[in-house]
Parts: sequence; C-alpha cells; structure tokens
Amino acid sequence: MRLIQKVGDWFDLRLQMGASIRETAEHPVPRETASWFYVFGSAALTVFIFQVVTGILLALIYVPSAGEAWNSLQILNHTVSLGWFIRALHGWGSNFMIAIVLIHMMQVFLFGAYKFPRELTWIVGVFLLLATLGMAFTGQVLRFDQDAYWGLGIGASIASRVPVIGPWAVNLMLGGPIIAGATLSRFFALHVFVIPGTLIAFVGLHLLLVLKLGVNEWPMPGRIVRRATYLQGYHDLTHKQGVPFVPIAVWKDIFFSGFILISIAGCAVYFGPFGPSGQPDPTIIQTAPHPDFFFLWLYALLSFLPPSSETPILLIGPAIGLIALLVLPFIAGEGEKSWKRRPIAVLSVLLIAVVLGTFTRLAQHAPWSPVMDAWSSQPIPAHYLTGRTALERRGALVFQEKQCRNCHSLDDKGGQRGPALDSVAIHLTPDQLVRQVIQGGGNMPAYGKNLSPAETTALVAFLETLRPAGQTPARDASRSEAALGASAEHAPAPGP
Amino acid sequence: MIQTEISRRTMLVRLGLLLNGVVAAFLAVPILRYLLSPAIRERKPGYESWLSLGGLDQFPAGQTRLATYRNPVINPWDGQTADIACWVRNLDGQNFQVFAVNCAHLGCPVRWFPQSSLFMCPCHGGAYYQDGSRASGPPERGLFQYQYKVEHQDLFIKAGEMPTPGHAANKTRGENTCA
Repeated sequence: MRLIQKVGDWFDLRLQMGASIRETAEHPVPRETASWFYVFGSAALTVFIFQVVTGILLALIYVPSAGEAWNSLQILNHTVSLGWFIRALHGWGSNFMIAIVLIHMMQVFLFGAYKFPRELTWIVGVFLLLATLGMAFTGQVLRFDQDAYWGLGIGASIASRVPVIGPWAVNLMLGGPIIAGATLSRFFALHVFVIPGTLIAFVGLHLLLVLKLGVNEWPMPGRIVRRATYLQGYHDLTHKQGVPFVPIAVWKDIFFSGFILISIAGCAVYFGPFGPSGQPDPTIIQTAPHPDFFFLWLYALLSFLPPSSETPILLIGPAIGLIALLVLPFIAGEGEKSWKRRPIAVLSVLLIAVVLGTFTRLAQHAPWSPVMDAWSSQPIPAHYLTGRTALERRGALVFQEKQCRNCHSLDDKGGQRGPALDSVAIHLTPDQLVRQVIQGGGNMPAYGKNLSPAETTALVAFLETLRPAGQTPARDASRSEAALGASAEHAPAPGP
Repeated sequence: MIQTEISRRTMLVRLGLLLNGVVAAFLAVPILRYLLSPAIRERKPGYESWLSLGGLDQFPAGQTRLATYRNPVINPWDGQTADIACWVRNLDGQNFQVFAVNCAHLGCPVRWFPQSSLFMCPCHGGAYYQDGSRASGPPERGLFQYQYKVEHQDLFIKAGEMPTPGHAANKTRGENTCA
C-alpha cells in the first residue's frame, strides 16, 4: 500500500490533478438524486465506451470494401476465434445504447431537467441523440448485406426528394452514381471517425455542463423554477443538505452500468450476432429488406403515409421534430418540474411511446407488404373446396394462379395487404366482385387486362362461396325490385 | 511603453490569425472540390452511357425477363455491387420497355409475377402493371424506364446511375407511364 501511495504521489507532484479530481468526485449533489432514476446517463456513457472498444476490436478484421466487407463479416462470424461474440457484443451494445439514451431522455424530460439553467445540457443531449441514431444507421450500413444495400437505396430515394439539390445530395451520399465501394467507404468514415469524434466532443461538453450546473434536483410538486431564485435554492440543496457524489450516489451508477454490461454480454451469448443477411448483390432481387429494430417505426410510417403528402412529411417532419426539441427549454424554461403537475408532458411521452411502439410492432408483421410466395406455398383450405362445383373450383385455381393470395388471406394464411376474403361474399354482390376484380380500386390493381372472361366468371363464382356457414350472401336489393317488377308485369299473363 | 508593446503584440496576433484565415480559405477550395466530386464530377455527359444487355434472343417476345449489366462507372473494389439488374419487357419483338428494378417509392427491388402480370415490391407493397404504370400502393408514379436501342441484334440501354424519385423527375428517363 505504501508503494502505491508513493507512486501516486510521484505522479501527482508532476500532474497536479489529484486535488481537482478528488474535488470533482466528491462534489455535493442533492440528497434525493442518489437514486436509481439517475443512473441512465452514466450507463449510456459506459455503453458508449464499450462500443468504442468493441468497435476497435472489429476494425482489426473488418474490411471496408464493397467487394470484401460481407466476406470479412463471414470470417468474423465463422473463422476468427470468438469473432462472432465481438460482433454480437457490438450489435447488442448498439441496441442497448439507443434504448438507454431514449430512457435517459424520457427521464430528464419528465423530471424537468431541461429547465433553467440546464437548457444547453438538453440541447447538447438532443445532438447526442442524433449522433447515436446516426451511429446506428451507419453501423447498419457497415454490416454490408442485402438489408444494408437496399436500406441505402431507401436513404438515397428520400434524399433525392429534397427540392433542387436532391440529385446532387444522392450522389454525395453514395459517393458516386450507384451504391458501391465509395458508398461503403464514406459510411465507414462517418461511423468510425466523424460521428464518434462528434460524440466524444459532445459527451465531454454534456458532462462538463452537468458538473458546472450540478445534476438536476429531484422535482418536488410546487417547487417552481424561477430564473431569479433557482440558483440560490439549488446552492442550498447541495451545500446545506447535499451529499458527496462519490461514494453516496455513484455506487448505484456503477452497479447499473455493470448490470447493463452483463445484459449485453448475456444477449450476445444467447442471441448471437446480427446477420449479415444475404450478399449485397443487387442482381439478387429475391429479398425483402427491412431495417434494424430502432428504425422499424420509420419503415411502418413510410408505408402508411398517403403518397401525396409523403415527401413533404418526410422532409419537413424531422425538421419540425428537431426544432421542437431544441426550443423546448426556451418555451418551458421555468415553472413546475414535477411530472405530477405536468400532465401534458406525461401524455406527450405516453403518446410518442405508444405511437412508436405500435409502428414498431406493425413493422414486425409488415401487413402492407404482399407475401411474395403465398400463391405457391399456401394451399386453399380444403373446407373451401369440398362440395363446390367445377366452376367454383376452377375459380379457386385462378385465385391462386393470379397471386390474389399474395395480398388476400384465407384462414389467416396469405398476405394482409388487402382484406381477408373469408367472408367476402356477404360484403360484396357478384356484380361488385366483378367490378372490383376487373377495375381494381381501393388500392387494388385492376385485373381486367389479365383475366379472360371465363377466368373472371370462375373467380367470382369461387368468391361467392366465401362466407360463413348460415349467412346469406350479399345481394343487390334493386335486383329483386327489378325482378319483382318484371314478375308483376308478367302477372296478368297466365302461367303455364 | 507597455501599452504600445501590447498593442503591437495584439496586432501581430491578428496578422497571424489573418494569415491562417487566408491559408484556410485557399485550402478550403480544393477540400470542398474533393468532397463534392461525386456530385460535380464531369456532370456532362454525366454518369450514364449506352451499354449492352446482350442478344435479343434472350428476351422472347411477349415476355418480361431479368437482365443484368456491369455499371459503366466503377471502382476496382466495388465487387458485386457494380452488377445491376433491370427488367426487360419485349412487347412484340420490335418494341421494348426496360424498367429499373428499383421501386419508384423508395428503391426496393420489385419482382415480376408473370401469372398476374404485376410487378410487386416487397418493402411497402407498391405494385405496377406489366407496362410499368402504377397499379397500387405508395408509389406516386410508374417504374423508372431506361432509354433503349437495338443494334446488330443486341439490346442497348442508357444507364449508369441509380434511379431515384427526385432524379427521375428532373430528367426524361422514359415517359411517365401513368395510365
């Protein structure tokens, strides 16, 4: 112990940092902030450092070349000893980092931490969130597989819609005319140099602000933030009733960070690395690309936006969201901090969480995408065929052959792009069925040019049988009126 | 005395900063040129050129087939990414339509279903008729088309750049085939 003390003293005589480090570590914080609610920021920092370390480990093998990246990932997964584990750690670390950053953001928002004098801390935090999401997207590109390739195509398609500079933005983003080697190289530079450098700078600034201004006190209902009185009140909280950060508060941070690291390692061992999926070969079109978990909500949103308003919403929406986050501390810089007295804040968080969660859940099923192989892999359920006429069975064949099944399900099997057809006959009359098949509409292609009259007749005959037992098919009331009228006209004539 | 010395030093500092500013401005020009080179590099005639998809016998009349080509502008390390696919529709042996595989919505690869004569997109459910016009789903327009020509029984298309909604709107990449 004496040797350690001596070595420490030797360094401190030269560095002269011991006293300021001790002072920083033991700075007083409000007593209530030594809480399990205050551990997410430090956990995000821990995971960030963890990502830097595992990222460097991956860079020892990974080749940022369009021709070789996918192969180098295969070698990491299968050849290099425990390469799969390092990839899994980095991939799961990424998911945990986004999750923790979002939880941290939600917590500081609900605790009113963005209010005076911590406006700048919040703003830097918003840029940290953007940088984190940027790391997630560029990281997904570096896993250079089919999802990455077509994901870049989606990014380029969105960029191309920017007025005037769109086409140039695409070329700048891709580094050339197509998604190729130059594209991967620039996303590598972004993921490994540019964004991490920005992150380190912003994290430093964020931490400096936390130290200078002190951690946000536990919000008490009725304790109103006023610019004139806040600083004095906070000074009293920390210096009269405060506790030293080390060790009173920090042990919870340390335990939570350790718990998160164990969780990442556990997920990495249990679930393994993410992909890569198929080779990034654009001539392989038998693929259904989908983004990583934290971008699934966007994937869902892009299929629900009406075509006419999609471009404006895509281009203006993010800007509005960003501006809203940035001006929040200026329009709500004073006032009540406690979530118990801020119902709009609580409802906003709930609304955003429910919306993002719903979109994410939907994107995991992608009901808007045709099931490309349903027509050849899902047979018509037998009970829809027993006791049917030859014409109706021929119609069932047309139904499969013409890939109706890719968008319409029977017995819950098949696509969900269009409505399930198990009871279509009680909703649409035969005439309406013919019209719908031939002319399409309501987001259904028209099959008029592609079905012969005989095929249409057979198909509609089959569709007319699709109704629950005991329910009568839809009928056109005017038809029976017409039939009645016709029979009335004929009534005087003597029947046979 | 001290006053004048400080002002002299201050002026030297300002001169030094000015010098650095001038150097930075000079360096910014080549750096920006380098950074922007993908967007401004020889935009005339651009990235596109005529390239062959192979003999006409690969594309039977009345059918739609997948064809691939090697992109004209490539780097040696592009690997498979420089191989691009497109859909070739031979209408009647004389007239062709060559579609980009990229969906006009967000660029995912559309697949051709000859049985229902539809192109379907796996991403957000866009669908197109056999002539490339929009059938349903989120796309605002029909499939992107390449210009084509037939020479010496070979089918040539003018290609070289990934078609995107914004780009295609500015250039006449085939007629917009919304029926």
